Amino acid sequence: MPTSPSEPVEAPQSARYDLAVVGAGPAGLAAAVTAADLGLRCVLLDGGRDTGGQYYRHPAPGLGAARPDRLHHGWSVYTGLADRLAAHERAERVRFRGGHQVWALERTADGFAVHVTRGPEAADRTTVPARSVLLATGAYERQLPFPGWTLPGVVTAGGAQAMLKAGLVLPGRRIVVAGSGPLLLAAASSLVTAGAEVPAVVEATDYLGYARRPGVLAAVPAKLVEGAGHGGVLLRHGVRLRPRSAVVEAHGTERVTAVTVARLDAEWRPVPGTERRIDCDAVAVGHGLLPQIDLATELGAATRTAPDGAVGLRVDARLRTTVPGLWSAGETNGVGGADLAIVEGELAAHAVADRVPKPALLRRRTRLRKFAELMAAAHRPGPGWTGWLRPDTDVCRCEEVPVARIREAVDELGAGDPRTVKLLTRAGMGWCQGRMCGPAVACLAGPGEPGPDRRPLACPVPLSQLAAGPSGEG
Amino acid sequence: MRRTPAELVGAEPGPAHHIEFDGRPVPALPGQSIAAALWADGVLAWRTTRVGGRPRGVFCGIGACFDCLATVDGRPNQRTCLLPAEPGTTVTTQEGNGRADLAV
Repeated sequence: MPTSPSEPVEAPQSARYDLAVVGAGPAGLAAAVTAADLGLRCVLLDGGRDTGGQYYRHPAPGLGAARPDRLHHGWSVYTGLADRLAAHERAERVRFRGGHQVWALERTADGFAVHVTRGPEAADRTTVPARSVLLATGAYERQLPFPGWTLPGVVTAGGAQAMLKAGLVLPGRRIVVAGSGPLLLAAASSLVTAGAEVPAVVEATDYLGYARRPGVLAAVPAKLVEGAGHGGVLLRHGVRLRPRSAVVEAHGTERVTAVTVARLDAEWRPVPGTERRIDCDAVAVGHGLLPQIDLATELGAATRTAPDGAVGLRVDARLRTTVPGLWSAGETNGVGGADLAIVEGELAAHAVADRVPKPALLRRRTRLRKFAELMAAAHRPGPGWTGWLRPDTDVCRCEEVPVARIREAVDELGAGDPRTVKLLTRAGMGWCQGRMCGPAVACLAGPGEPGPDRRPLACPVPLSQLAAGPSGEG
Repeated sequence: MRRTPAELVGAEPGPAHHIEFDGRPVPALPGQSIAAALWADGVLAWRTTRVGGRPRGVFCGIGACFDCLATVDGRPNQRTCLLPAEPGTTVTTQEGNGRADLAV
């Protein structure tokens, strides 16, 4: 039952919130407005200036975009959520705090202290007290290195999307889209619609993985329509889809000027003799998404591994993690897309408010989760991808650690896991804390499923802020 | 005739201003990040790496990879994909860790 707008909940600066939602993408937005509907006093925190997250990233108001919907699938869903949020903000039931990057969650006697950084100065530290926390921090892209992937002009598929959606810019005029996963089709579709030429979409799988579970597909017709929509755009623009292939090298000195594409066998091993060169001035690459869960794993939350090897949080049917008072919705529970994230955000809000959700919502989650598992299985990286590496290919972009040094650590120094490789080579020790090279280092370190990443600080925090100690919400 | 992203979304931006990149003016539209303004000007790299001295620019575009670091208004190691291009912002190509002043 929604709280009446005539009963605004007072939220003095120092008051503890019923719920802090971390991340204002599809899951976090849906959770915050639903929780407010149900009478909870919420704060919605995001590192970005505006709501929407990566999926609904959109031009800043100053760019005067009359039709932002043309860069989005389901834009009206976002505007609906944003309108509901604005109404709740006016009634002081929800506070949205943009530019608030959460770097740690700390358990307290009566809930959580949510530690936030807002900028580079000592005074930019804030601590938000909340009875419970809902993690909706989404995902980032999985990268598999290849020779030349550090050249300017080689960007992530999601990055190309983000720069386009927010800044209305392209990295080049002729962009090869490569890697694996449904994001590639969406990215290619946006890029050609925005005026880029896409000479090829290079996908490592053959898409046959989807056909193995026709029942799961049939249960989510909207996903088929979305996929067909992207396919239609690509067809109209004459974009060539190259399945079971990969970009095995990017060429250039100061920036990328061409790529070599090769066919892959079923294990993702490049097939010799199948190489072909494609001229381009940019590459957008990604191999699926990885849940961003450091804030929860630092509290000891249990995880599960999806069929594509990505580690997400283990939640129950009410979206509770194994940490009391900590909920999780959307990609953090295993990558499944915006529709699933919204459903999980609504479900989690009901659970936090101790209300029973509509059974249809639970059924929708089950259908979309099954599709997410199918999608993960279809795009699981094959072990043969390391066949396109060369000894001098940088694996860790931050610390510039090449394949040869990692192989030396494993073969000659006996490192058998990513942590030992890191200690011996510095791979994963740089600015990004292994977010870019982590999956590759794990593969090169040997067999075995990688565990969850551990990062005591989820983002860089100036020492002056750590030294300053906790302070109230500003 | 291919269109531009701005045409696609029917953008009517506010008046352009300028940031300074390595001593020269680069136009920026209100609301664009520093990285977006540089891309729009055809610039893809604004950092050289610590070990190999190789050029780098945007990779992830969402603040996760730290490849797009530059020295902004004198402060090194700033993620240009997150920082807005404000009128008069000064961006300098960052060499290595951007702390040459601390070298011994």
